[in-house]
Amino acid sequence: MADQTLDAKGLNCPLPILRAKKALKDMAPGQILAIEATDPGSAKDFESFCSQTGNELVKASEDGKVFYYEIRKV
Amino acid sequence: MANQKSLAIIATKGTLDFAYPPLILATTAAALDYDVTIFWTFYGLQVLKKERNLKISPLGNPAMPMPVPMPVFVQMLPGMESMATIMMKQKMAGKGVASIDELMAMALESDVKMIACQMTVDLFDFKHEELMDGVEYAGAARFFEVAQHADITLFI
Repeated sequence: MADQTLDAKGLNCPLPILRAKKALKDMAPGQILAIEATDPGSAKDFESFCSQTGNELVKASEDGKVFYYEIRKV
Repeated sequence: MANQKSLAIIATKGTLDFAYPPLILATTAAALDYDVTIFWTFYGLQVLKKERNLKISPLGNPAMPMPVPMPVFVQMLPGMESMATIMMKQKMAGKGVASIDELMAMALESDVKMIACQMTVDLFDFKHEELMDGVEYAGAARFFEVAQHADITLFI
């Protein structure tokens, strides 16, 4: 169960990443941020974001047009 | 942060389209915990203006996708630049692309440092009051002071 959710649907690069970063800033370590996005580029970008910031991408899935991610804050 | 990476960008362009790359890269790098500095010079100074009025023109840019093919002598008619700018802004908003104002606000919020090239400020007779508050004014030597420690340096 996510501690916080972020609706990034309709937003294009780099906004989903910037909004996610902002949301994570106010969360406690270990908490999970759930993100919904429609930018197809976000799939690779969230992987890269997590590998560079140390946050953990615990879930990445796609349902037709919407991409779902869950990130555990480091 | 001890191991913080850093990015130094030289931004030289002042059209609506080319204001994007430095700001997208700067805000993204800041989100990746980089220390970011942008050195704005020549036409890039237009992006630092408080009242920025960035425009885009199809003139001299045959790569710009146009809704209908448009001969060059039509592109140069009065009002075409404003029309192209309005259309591009509408298209960007429709595709969920951030505006330059938004990206600049996010860059400042994430502590991206802005340096304006004093030589080009003088060259174009810009006043410091015309540019955003918090901008540092300096020259090439200051850029190298920043860039020598940067992990990534870009010229845009």
